[in-house]
Amino acid sequence: MTTATGQNTQTQAKTDGGYPDAATQLDAVRLKQYLGRMMLIRRFEERTMQSYMQGKIGGFCHIYIGQEAVAVGSIAATRPDDPIITAYRDHGHALARDMDPRHCMAEMFGKITGCAKGKGGSMHLFDKPNHMYGGHAIVGGQCPLGVGLAWGIHYLKEPKVCLCYLGDGALNQGAFHESMNLAAIWNLPIIFVVENNMYSMGTSIERGTSMAHDLSVKAKAYGIRYAECDGLDFRAVYNCFKHEVDRTRPTEGDQESGDGPAFINVVTYRYQGHSMSDPQKYRTREEVQQKQADDPITRMAEWLIDDGHATQEEIDELDQQAKEQAIASVRYAEESDEPELDELYTDVFSEPFEPYKTGEPPLMMREAEDQ
Amino acid sequence: MTRNDRKIQFREALREAMVEEMQRDEKIFLMGEEVAYYNGAYKVSQGMLDLFGPKRVVDTPISETGFAGLGVGAAMYGLRPIIEFMSWSFCLVAADQIINNAPKMLYMSGGQFGVPIVFRGNNGAGGQLGTTHSWCVESMFAQVPGLKLAIPSTPREAKGLLKTAIRDNDPVFFLESERMLGMGARGDKDFSRYLHGGKWAPPSEEEDDDFLIPFGKANLVKTGADCTIVTAGRPLHFALEAAEALEEDGIDVEVIDCRTYRPLDIDTIVKSVRKTNYCVVVDQSWPFASIASEIAMQIYERAMDDLDNKVIRVTNDDVAAPYSKKLEQAMLPHARKIIDAVRAVTYNT
Repeated sequence: MTTATGQNTQTQAKTDGGYPDAATQLDAVRLKQYLGRMMLIRRFEERTMQSYMQGKIGGFCHIYIGQEAVAVGSIAATRPDDPIITAYRDHGHALARDMDPRHCMAEMFGKITGCAKGKGGSMHLFDKPNHMYGGHAIVGGQCPLGVGLAWGIHYLKEPKVCLCYLGDGALNQGAFHESMNLAAIWNLPIIFVVENNMYSMGTSIERGTSMAHDLSVKAKAYGIRYAECDGLDFRAVYNCFKHEVDRTRPTEGDQESGDGPAFINVVTYRYQGHSMSDPQKYRTREEVQQKQADDPITRMAEWLIDDGHATQEEIDELDQQAKEQAIASVRYAEESDEPELDELYTDVFSEPFEPYKTGEPPLMMREAEDQ
Repeated sequence: MTRNDRKIQFREALREAMVEEMQRDEKIFLMGEEVAYYNGAYKVSQGMLDLFGPKRVVDTPISETGFAGLGVGAAMYGLRPIIEFMSWSFCLVAADQIINNAPKMLYMSGGQFGVPIVFRGNNGAGGQLGTTHSWCVESMFAQVPGLKLAIPSTPREAKGLLKTAIRDNDPVFFLESERMLGMGARGDKDFSRYLHGGKWAPPSEEEDDDFLIPFGKANLVKTGADCTIVTAGRPLHFALEAAEALEEDGIDVEVIDCRTYRPLDIDTIVKSVRKTNYCVVVDQSWPFASIASEIAMQIYERAMDDLDNKVIRVTNDDVAAPYSKKLEQAMLPHARKIIDAVRAVTYNT
């Protein structure tokens, strides 16, 4: 259903969502690319966890395993220059948006070759060449920023859409509600994407969010279009986003065109804890196992085989490539240098004065310019 | 009309700065509560809606977190927002956006995303507004790396500093004063005689369409031999009032307007202290971990041996701002307190 009906009282969304099956229009090459990207995220995150356990990654680290279809499926429905912005569980979005996994892993290792030269870390991944505006670690804080990106699109009369991701925990923050209101009154081209993994840290959505059984009311309150989809199913995510992103997208030069903002409840699940330090006492092993049986990567692989888009051998090959890329990213991060102490005082101001200095752009930026 | 006989209010000088800059660069827009149809809660943006239209002079609902954060996002996207807080007291609900996101985006993105934004509005006691509406935010925000902090003291400073702020590629916190917005309506009469003779009025666009006052360069408003007074913003006028009174008693003070606290022109301050050997710092915020304390400490670090007494701080009393007129006056810095401080520090009690 594309609009709030008030009928759906289940947190779990229906698989097909009633959208045109746009995913079937994608050719086999692209479909395999997307599956490969989901596999890369999975394998990358396995290496992230391993590196964290080995003490090579510090700080807080939030793993995206289980949610791969959300980032990959939604970003597949955007254009490469549509701005995206997300919260702290951001590795998946960075990789889905084509950040080189080497720069991503190096950032978490705190190395100079990281996307932010080791100054941002796991929760603050930025990729300007790929129009990813962060990685923001205060819950809900990215929502006003996302509205600002959409304001920029609106102001410059561009035919773009901003995807602003948030977790279900952000539904309870004031920043989210102010953002929804501003997006609505100015009819901005933004989609609020709730990656509803049903827990904000250890608090289940039922315990922390009013009307958790029917989030459509959150959108209805602001007169914003509501949609929902099954975040464990690439096809459902893509179909929903293809439809909603296309509806929101204004035509060039006419900022009043397009159907305005949307709020999409993507029901997903994280297979790991909230962060690496989470003992997960708040949910049962059985619940996790039940969700894992519905694995988004397995589901997509089965679909591609069933529909003749890929063979088992091709899928094994994709997974092998993902594993190798993940391992290579760790090796690259390990072999990279730490930042020089001089970096402490760069990037504080764009036009530095004593004691600040002008910094070199990250290697990722320089590589993008060379291409 | 020459600068010397210009009658321009502080609020008009702010407006001139914004209008000139917005005419120069289409990426600049003004956003805030009541800035457009209401013509500004304090008439700073009067007429700007007619000049630029509702896409560039934008009324917001009362959602400081929302529109301050919108400004930061728009700046990351390449626009150049001016975000007006009706009062800096109201910025506190937007703290995450203005002190986490704006000043640190460049750093945490490794230099990828700068935030060219101006947050501006009234700062300091407005007169019996009670504690929630009487914030002076300079000491609190001066501690945050990555932002600039400008506090204009006259219409001239307001225009020149605001134009610089708008052209700056980093976040600028621009602190105005409700109590000063009408200053300049009566010309020289509104100012200390030390500011007469064209020292308080900015040039019009016809006289100078590129009138910029650089950041980090303090203004030596009055030279003197006996004691240095360091301040910025509204307290400058208290300091000059004190200077007039002290002069009658044969005490010749030097008065420095910092203009910007971040960056701080400590060199000019230290040079003056080396000459006078005494210093009073006047800061309209609270004393604990304040701008005044910081300036005093930096003077000790650089010119300890040149001082003939400790540095004295004149600040708000360390209490919440009271409503009662009598109590509020007692709590704020004013000329009497500065006179007493100068007398005390120079052993003239």
